Amino acid sequence: MKYRITIACTKDKLKEIRIFVRKSLQNHGLDDVQISAMVLAIDEISANLIIHGHDCNPKDKFELNIEVIKGKGVIFKIYDDGDIFDINSYEAPNIDDLIKRQRKGGVGLILVKKIMDEIKLDSVSGKTCYRLYKNVEID
Amino acid sequence: MVDIKHLTEDGIDILVVVGEVDASSSIQLDSAIKEVVENGASKILIDCRSLEYISSAGLGVFMSYIEELKQKNISMVLTDLSEKVHNVFQILGLDQLLTICENREAGMEKLK
Repeated sequence: MKYRITIACTKDKLKEIRIFVRKSLQNHGLDDVQISAMVLAIDEISANLIIHGHDCNPKDKFELNIEVIKGKGVIFKIYDDGDIFDINSYEAPNIDDLIKRQRKGGVGLILVKKIMDEIKLDSVSGKTCYRLYKNVEID
Repeated sequence: MVDIKHLTEDGIDILVVVGEVDASSSIQLDSAIKEVVENGASKILIDCRSLEYISSAGLGVFMSYIEELKQKNISMVLTDLSEKVHNVFQILGLDQLLTICENREAGMEKLK
């Protein structure tokens, strides 16, 4: 099954993204905790693109595709024309250090990397495609 | 998207978080905690029974207060986390760095 949505780059659209991801993943035999973790990962990477890649510009948009494949898992593809962010090269900050410095941010991409099994980046028709793979049992 | 109710009981400041805390609403959670800290709270209980969702922005708010609360000798407990919300804390290991109690009664007892 394939699902697709185009989203404007404002923070208030994050809820819409979460609802879309949750609805797309329902009825495929996944439990609520598995679905919630994937909803969180997509919320985090979307927030990163909206805030850091597009400065919350409502005129900018990106596209999210979800492919649920029986016997394989879920592939999320995000097509974006904002600044490229290489999540695989991102060096996760130390949690204890963030706490000592009383930082409020910096853990979103750690969550994405911990939840997803594989992340790939490539260029498709002038856009960056972020592919996030989650290996889960699909009915 | 998030509503935070503040009440006091037995000298404990209770913040009841209702709704979803994400990158667009985490500032409200931050403001609510900041306000009780600035007003001299010594014991804070965060009731999460109606917290439906939390992202890293919300986790970041809690993380940012750990050091300040320690310095000011303020105790804080989180209670009544749903399984999916608790899972988010566990992924980062924050369940080991924050005090999390099963329910409000256990949280009140912990703070006494």
